[in-house]
Amino acid sequence: MAGPGSDLPDHPDWLWRTPEPKRSYDVVIIGGGGHGLATAYYLAKNHGITNVAVLERGWLAGGNMARNTTIIRSNYLWDESAGIYEHALKLWEGLEEQLDYPILFSQRGVLNLAHSLQDVRDSVRRVEANRLNGVDAEWLDPQQVKEVCPIVNISPDVRYPVLGGTYQPRAGIAKHDYVAWAFARAADAMGVDLIQHCEVTGIDIVDGRAVGVRTTRGPIAAGKVAMCAAGHASVVAAMAGVDLPVQSHPLQALVSELLEPVHPTVVMSNAVHVYVSQAHKGELVMGAGIDSYNGYGQRGSFHIIERQMSAALELFPTFARAHVLRTWGGIVDVTPDASAIMGLTPVDELYVNCGWGTGGFKATPGVGWCYAHTIANGEPHPLNAPFSLERFTTGALVDEHGAAAVAH
Amino acid sequence: MMLISCPWCGPREEAEFHYGGQAHVSYPEDPSALSDEEWARFLFYRDNPKGPFAERWNHSASCRRWFNVIRDTVTYEILAVYPVGTPKPVIA
Amino acid sequence: MSTQEFRTAQGGRIDRSRPIRFRFDGSDYTGYVGDTLASALLANGVIQTSTSIKFDRPRGIFAAGAEEPNALVQVEAPFPEPMLTATTVELYDGLVACGLGGQGRLSPEPDPARYDSVHVHCDVLVVGAGPAGLAAAAVAAETGARVIVVDERPEPGGSLLGTRETSVLEWATSVADRLRSNPEVKLLTRTTAFGYYDDNFVLAVERRTNHLGAAAPAHRSRERIWRIRARRVILATGAHERPLAFNGNDIPGVMLAGAARTYVNRYGVLPGRRAVVLTTNDSAYEAVFDLLDAGVEIAAVADLRTGGSPVWGPRCAERGVEVLAGYGVADVTGADRVSAVTLAGPDGSRDVAADLLLVSGGWNPVGALYSHAGGRLRFDTDLGSFVPDGCRQAVAVAGAAKGTFGLAGCLAEGAAAGREAVEAAGFTAPADTRLPAADEQPASPTAQVWVLPGDESRQYVDLQRDVTVAEIRRATGAGMRSVEHVKRYTTAGTAHDQGKTSGVLTSGVVAHLLGVDVGELGTTTFRPPYTPVSFAALAGRDRGMLYDPVRVTALHPWHEAAGALFENVGQWKRPWYYPRDGEDMHAAVLRECRAAREGVAMMDASTLGKIDVQGPDAAVLLDRLYTNMMSTLKVGSIRYGVMCRADGMVFDDGTVIRLAEDRFLVTTTTGGAAAVLEWMEDFLQTEWPDLRVHCTSVTEQWATVALVGPRSREVLATLAPTLAVDNASFPFMTWRDTEVAGIPTRVCRISFSGELAYELNVSWWDALALWQAVYDAGQPFGITTYGTETMHVLRAEKGFPIIGQDTDGTVTPQDLGMDWIVSKKKADFVGKRSFARADNHRPDRKQLVGLLPDDGTTLLPEGVHLVAAETVATGALPEPPVPMLGHVTSSYHSAALGRPFALALIRGGRGRIGERVYAPLGDALVPVTITSSVLYDPEGARRDG
Repeated sequence: MAGPGSDLPDHPDWLWRTPEPKRSYDVVIIGGGGHGLATAYYLAKNHGITNVAVLERGWLAGGNMARNTTIIRSNYLWDESAGIYEHALKLWEGLEEQLDYPILFSQRGVLNLAHSLQDVRDSVRRVEANRLNGVDAEWLDPQQVKEVCPIVNISPDVRYPVLGGTYQPRAGIAKHDYVAWAFARAADAMGVDLIQHCEVTGIDIVDGRAVGVRTTRGPIAAGKVAMCAAGHASVVAAMAGVDLPVQSHPLQALVSELLEPVHPTVVMSNAVHVYVSQAHKGELVMGAGIDSYNGYGQRGSFHIIERQMSAALELFPTFARAHVLRTWGGIVDVTPDASAIMGLTPVDELYVNCGWGTGGFKATPGVGWCYAHTIANGEPHPLNAPFSLERFTTGALVDEHGAAAVAH
Repeated sequence: MMLISCPWCGPREEAEFHYGGQAHVSYPEDPSALSDEEWARFLFYRDNPKGPFAERWNHSASCRRWFNVIRDTVTYEILAVYPVGTPKPVIA
Repeated sequence: MSTQEFRTAQGGRIDRSRPIRFRFDGSDYTGYVGDTLASALLANGVIQTSTSIKFDRPRGIFAAGAEEPNALVQVEAPFPEPMLTATTVELYDGLVACGLGGQGRLSPEPDPARYDSVHVHCDVLVVGAGPAGLAAAAVAAETGARVIVVDERPEPGGSLLGTRETSVLEWATSVADRLRSNPEVKLLTRTTAFGYYDDNFVLAVERRTNHLGAAAPAHRSRERIWRIRARRVILATGAHERPLAFNGNDIPGVMLAGAARTYVNRYGVLPGRRAVVLTTNDSAYEAVFDLLDAGVEIAAVADLRTGGSPVWGPRCAERGVEVLAGYGVADVTGADRVSAVTLAGPDGSRDVAADLLLVSGGWNPVGALYSHAGGRLRFDTDLGSFVPDGCRQAVAVAGAAKGTFGLAGCLAEGAAAGREAVEAAGFTAPADTRLPAADEQPASPTAQVWVLPGDESRQYVDLQRDVTVAEIRRATGAGMRSVEHVKRYTTAGTAHDQGKTSGVLTSGVVAHLLGVDVGELGTTTFRPPYTPVSFAALAGRDRGMLYDPVRVTALHPWHEAAGALFENVGQWKRPWYYPRDGEDMHAAVLRECRAAREGVAMMDASTLGKIDVQGPDAAVLLDRLYTNMMSTLKVGSIRYGVMCRADGMVFDDGTVIRLAEDRFLVTTTTGGAAAVLEWMEDFLQTEWPDLRVHCTSVTEQWATVALVGPRSREVLATLAPTLAVDNASFPFMTWRDTEVAGIPTRVCRISFSGELAYELNVSWWDALALWQAVYDAGQPFGITTYGTETMHVLRAEKGFPIIGQDTDGTVTPQDLGMDWIVSKKKADFVGKRSFARADNHRPDRKQLVGLLPDDGTTLLPEGVHLVAAETVATGALPEPPVPMLGHVTSSYHSAALGRPFALALIRGGRGRIGERVYAPLGDALVPVTITSSVLYDPEGARRDG
């Protein structure tokens, strides 16, 4: 019999075509990551729009989609955030069947630990808001935290003892490549052209309306252009003369060797800053904070990793002799209120989806659903209407870093 | 971890510094004269180039002085270091 | 206990006088000091160490170093450690290990070992102490430059250790000795450089005690992280031999040719008795002769090149070794170990009995660190390998790491790199460089072969992940065109070895299947660490109480002795409450509150941030940063102020004391002190450099004792007989410098409780004496110490917000009901413009109000939300999403009110005063009435005593 950790399901025998770009599409999506692929899928599936190209400058889903720590949850503080993330979570719950792909969506729960009295207040506030918003959430005392995750150190004799935590049982993880490929395969099957190694170098605008893109593989006309380029949002938007209030930062993550199961859930802590889960094969997957500086280098600074290891061992002393096998970095685009931007732009038929910061993966199906609606109808879906660009002018921010204080 | 040359203390580890984002963004002379859009631009919009970027750093663990740096956001190479209040040097 | 039947009679670098006992997979064995676990197992005839993860096939020792893909082991004793390569575990007495096919195991017991880290700077860092690295270090060290040499092995020499190059080895030993005795040089063995970051920042981990087993001294750190900042770096990291994909290439007994050579020469171990050799290049012939001389029978050499090796062919003939040019391996027979090899070539095929099949598919320069540094790699078609091709950092590559495989070439290249590096660093290199003579065979080109003909489902590309050529074909068949996609589809290269042997082979196989050029296809990306590094090493000393600095006030020992419980507030430890015998927090806090409201109480307020703001323009600065006017404050007076960020949201608050025309003492929240100082400095240095102001943190220079309650004046009068304490002489919001208990003290009449109160500020040094004096003087009045919880209750009764508890970054001063603190006179202050934005004029903004549960007994949990009466008109919550009005920010039992109360941020709250709303608590809906946020002494009658 096969050993433990060998049980990942195989990918299907067929995934997607490698088409030549056509001269014209109804919709051109810039960026072949999770969001771009999901958007293409829902454009075809929900709106019958299949004359769509997804343009990817590298290999499909090779940006943040290949680099995130795969945490899925919807226990956000504000109504607006809970709305779109919970919509995403409900889609996640049916995605495996919908896409006929074993995406390994595992609802093993997410614990967000509290280490100070203010953490506790903020946590309870979030849990109570979640419940009223229909998001499953509960507050656990330290002993209950230990019952959910026995390896968490709840000793009071540590620098920042665990005072409790919030728990969302329906939260969990999925296998990121499988998710991206599932969307890609389904979109491809419905006629969407997935075009790799095709970098957009310009956006053509006539009379204030986007009409196409220029690429390293020639010009492509488009009825609508949808930007979906995560870390490179500013770079792409600048081609259309659109400024975005986002900054691109490195975000690092790491993985250990395969280990016997010790960690049954997902644990996140902001005060002792680390988040960690044990993936299906047995490796610990961990992340922490973003690097402070702007960076497109897909790498960060090592003291961030060292700090993260200290935090990990504070919470999980048993990890001491585990080993870091691989570290990597992605590029997250963060907004002033740590909430995304999705909707229209000052240019007609040019749409923007960016600023998901560290929350992009978990939102993937929700983004695809809502962004496709926005593109198809020329106006935002009610769930993404609060995430407009205008909010920065009116001041109606969705500030997820103050009280929410839970990134990722 | 980058090595950043503080103009006052010399080259020091990145961990000694605090990042301050884009340089040369002045607090408006008369905020009340700005439209909401203009004020929003000052509050929330900063350049985010892929390549050389004029940005602010503070040597917070030492002399606590702010200074400006031109750094390539792809290679993380520091191309110039210059005092606050002086013009942005031209990078060849 | 088995004997070491595969040990040679002599030779090797092991110490045969020092035998070691160890246990593997439940059996006891012996080896020698100098062995690795792998070499000791081979010496005992054990080649299979595990079964494979997916197909459960037997897997054996395949390599001799860090590139090992198969021989993963779990250490069980002296302390469990998951997933190490047997080829890098040094043997020690009492080692207990077992083979690992899949997952490692963590110990549930805490790791008793210590870990640490050091920062070092050097002129030249040399990574790798093989021939190239030592040659470079020798030159660099002669110049007086600070040189650091790191090498992952227990002794310097690198690849030489696995050869019979005795004269060069002697040179290596003498170089190492010279390096060790040079005070400017650090030679670190058992140290792996694992990451190369910006500006020549290289991370290395030194394994300091593991090889000592249970004898390791407890005081010595087990592993140490070296954080090395080098002016120049020389990478002399060598090369890893590459396998080939052919039928049965995963059966134990198939081994890299260079590894076999290392086992014979370095460890005195025969990896088998009768070997077949399969090669694409000349290097395997060195193994042929070394093994032959050690007594291994060479059954045949299959050289995939149709012409064979012009240099080595004749020599083989001389020794009677049969070379089959143009031949490959068609199949391997054997269940747990190779028993025969089927060779196939132009003249047909034949079976050859053998227990060992040595393979060399060429060599991959170790490019990991170079790639971390941002270096590019290029495919060299002559070498059939990816080689360095330019890097923006100050780095040079020398020797096999650069694709230079001959010994003389490595030495010369190393010396040249050392010379260039020191000269670039400003030193003068010696005129000539003494290098040992080294034989160098003219090498004929390597054949570029990745896959041999056969059954693709039996041809392994990644041994650790059980990835075969067939699986890679399935990936390309599914439409995968990028190696990154193939890697993810098949998991090739993602295992413990991170593709050290399989990575380039995978690229080669994909290129072969797609019919494209391997150079264009490229490889997957190298990421740190080069080899796995333990979490504990990276965490180092920053654990437990050293995880984050603990800040305590000068009075901390007193609080501890008084039995206070502490609250973490930022990095500070603050007394939370002082329980007396048998009291819970509730009882203690009620008692403390009552004392403050009815008698006298005292607390340690030293953690409040304090900033000394001085200069002719100090008042101008404060006017620009506070929402209210500070320039009109009179010397001797105190004013409360609020600061907003430019977005108009409250970010800190505190009192401002005017000490002189040009000097203010600003207090901040405990958590906000650093941010406020940085905020001030930022504006002063970057926006308003014309302002003549200096800001200095004095938080830890001034200790503060709050003396609170109707009888506080009496206590103060006792201690400060010269101070006129009556209300007229010393009014609210003024300060006086005086002596309290003989200690120079700045007494401020400030109240955060609404009661008559004083804050006594003294030098940190005098704090304990002052505190004790106040405590003693207060005894006749029943003075009571109180902590942060009581402070919170007292201020909440008065509706004073705590920034960060009753605000969350989305709250304006107006939302807090503090319109009075927002100056209408000032043309501007930071945040003012934002108040004019549309969102700030929504009538339903959340505003701070009070809440009284109607039943007079329910304590609302902080964080609970409120819903409007119409929302629950049916008597129950509707289906979600349920509209929420806001949430409880603070909630306490009030001794003064005799009931619980709360503060809350409620939509349009001030317009709802008197309205009944509901708090869903579990299944219950608790009715509460919205009130003013000031519930106690709304007239402010008590502050003057």
